[in-house]
Amino acid sequence: MIQSKTLGSRLSRLLIMFTLILITFMSLAPIVNTIMVSISSSTAVNAGRVYFLPVELNFSSYAQILKDTKFWNAFLISVERVVLGGAINMILTILMAYPLSRSISQFRSRNTYMWIIVFTMLFSGGIVPWYMVISKLGLINSIWALVLPGAVPVFNVILLMNFFKGIPKELEEAAFIDGAGPIKILLNIFIPISMPSLATIMLFVIVGHWNNFFDGIILINDSSKIPLQTYLQRLSLTRDQMQNLSVEQLQQYNKISNTTLNSAKILVSMIPILLIYPFLQRYLIHGIVLGAVKE
Amino acid sequence: MAQAETTIPPKRELRSVKKKRKRFDEMTYHFMLLPGMVMLFIFSIVPMFGVIMAFQKFIPAKGIFGSKWAGLSNFTYMFQLPDAKQIFINTLVIAVGKIVLGLIVPIVFALLLNEVRLKVFKSSIQTIVYLPHFMSWVVLGTMLTMIFSFDGMINNFLELLGLERIMFLASNDWFRPLLIVTDTWKEFGYGTIVYLAALTAINPALYESAAMDGANRWKQTLHITLPGMFPTIILLGTLSLGNVLNAGFDQVFNLYNPLVYETGDIIDTFVYRMGLINMQYSFATAIGLMKSVISFVLIVISYKLASKYAGYRIF
Repeated sequence: MIQSKTLGSRLSRLLIMFTLILITFMSLAPIVNTIMVSISSSTAVNAGRVYFLPVELNFSSYAQILKDTKFWNAFLISVERVVLGGAINMILTILMAYPLSRSISQFRSRNTYMWIIVFTMLFSGGIVPWYMVISKLGLINSIWALVLPGAVPVFNVILLMNFFKGIPKELEEAAFIDGAGPIKILLNIFIPISMPSLATIMLFVIVGHWNNFFDGIILINDSSKIPLQTYLQRLSLTRDQMQNLSVEQLQQYNKISNTTLNSAKILVSMIPILLIYPFLQRYLIHGIVLGAVKE
Repeated sequence: MAQAETTIPPKRELRSVKKKRKRFDEMTYHFMLLPGMVMLFIFSIVPMFGVIMAFQKFIPAKGIFGSKWAGLSNFTYMFQLPDAKQIFINTLVIAVGKIVLGLIVPIVFALLLNEVRLKVFKSSIQTIVYLPHFMSWVVLGTMLTMIFSFDGMINNFLELLGLERIMFLASNDWFRPLLIVTDTWKEFGYGTIVYLAALTAINPALYESAAMDGANRWKQTLHITLPGMFPTIILLGTLSLGNVLNAGFDQVFNLYNPLVYETGDIIDTFVYRMGLINMQYSFATAIGLMKSVISFVLIVISYKLASKYAGYRIF
């Protein structure tokens, strides 16, 4: 590329860099601030003196979390949910994406299935009937209520299906002539070739399960069985209780709530995501773009 | 030679072997789909029949078959309720705001990022700006409540600048802009991915010839980069049409409070409160059904447009 080295172009380049750094900083600012709040003293936090550096450094909130059995209980339930729900999601996604990636001449009923699946993605009976079905099945208060209703992530199925479709026909034909059946072709050709796509979907699935708070609110009544995000949600004031509070009372409430401790809890809840994110994120661009936009 | 010929079956037999094989393969496909379809049937298709409740005076103890029919009275009640109109407007305003800002910011950001030649710098910026997308609204809601509270960081800055403190989370003037801006903040990095991919597809020769003609970087952006992104912009724009009634339940639920119901309450949060807190099952289902039907129509239209004008098909 030919670039002029005039003063103007250098200046604009500098301006662009500066803008980008500013935007990036803004993306991180709330997180950095929360970290600093969690390791500052409560008095400094309540006085509004904590921005992007710790004030009166202390780690007592983390020490407090270590002893908090309710927090760790919720944490473990979330881990259980991710492992169990993630495994079910991945298996079902692969099992459904493969047959759906076949052409009609290979699999006559393909389009019928496809229409049903897309319809369930676009239309739903709403939250009340959904809740009733789950409660009629007796799933309320069990881990299965968090795992089974979302067992088929339809969007991911379509993503993977489009990726499978892009795999060269020749590979499959060679295996076919060698006498490999669908299961062998799936296990020995499609899955190994689709690792980047599968990594992307895995990231979606893990994050989805880890971040979901809402089904914990309505499907789990027993507070010893709620997942972590629901636990955190309950920490920050039950909103229905706020109905009768005045503005002054709301402010008062914010004062007495333990901001330092809650910040620390929120940060600990982010650790699992921050641990897997760097490993799976590099496949992201590949996975999303290839799966979403079909030529 | 003669021996080898006997092992090869005649043509007709080969065809029937192939046919058998195909039938066997198809059976395998059906079996592969079975577990997923059962799950979808139970948790997606069965609840669809629950929309019958919208036309009943549903009483849980009597069940769907025992409850009395109410015709369209749930719907007429909805249209008479003054709140309903407000909630519909709130949903539209918030969703459209998010769509517009959420379309513009990633485009601008992708253009800026495209000017950076240093690969390490570029990829580390990308990694950082994606991050908020992967955090839950519970976590972000708590953080944002802290930052935007009356004695929070933002208000401290405002005071430093000599401005007055603002009750962002309790003010009906500020709540909607806050929702729109924070949602864009969370998602713009992730939205950039598709545009950056579109940019890499632009032929570098175009830039070279433009530079020969004396076009500077600004002119190159205007006449090559932006037109190159145009198909992607059109595609994402049309597809977002289907989301006009999705103002984002998780975000609103984690940020709102009764003080801002007037401007912040959306269809989804209203249905949640009516249906699962106040236990007005039939009424909540009626509103939910209304939303589902309108959304469904909008999504179908947007996909039709996308496939017509941008050649996009999801399957």
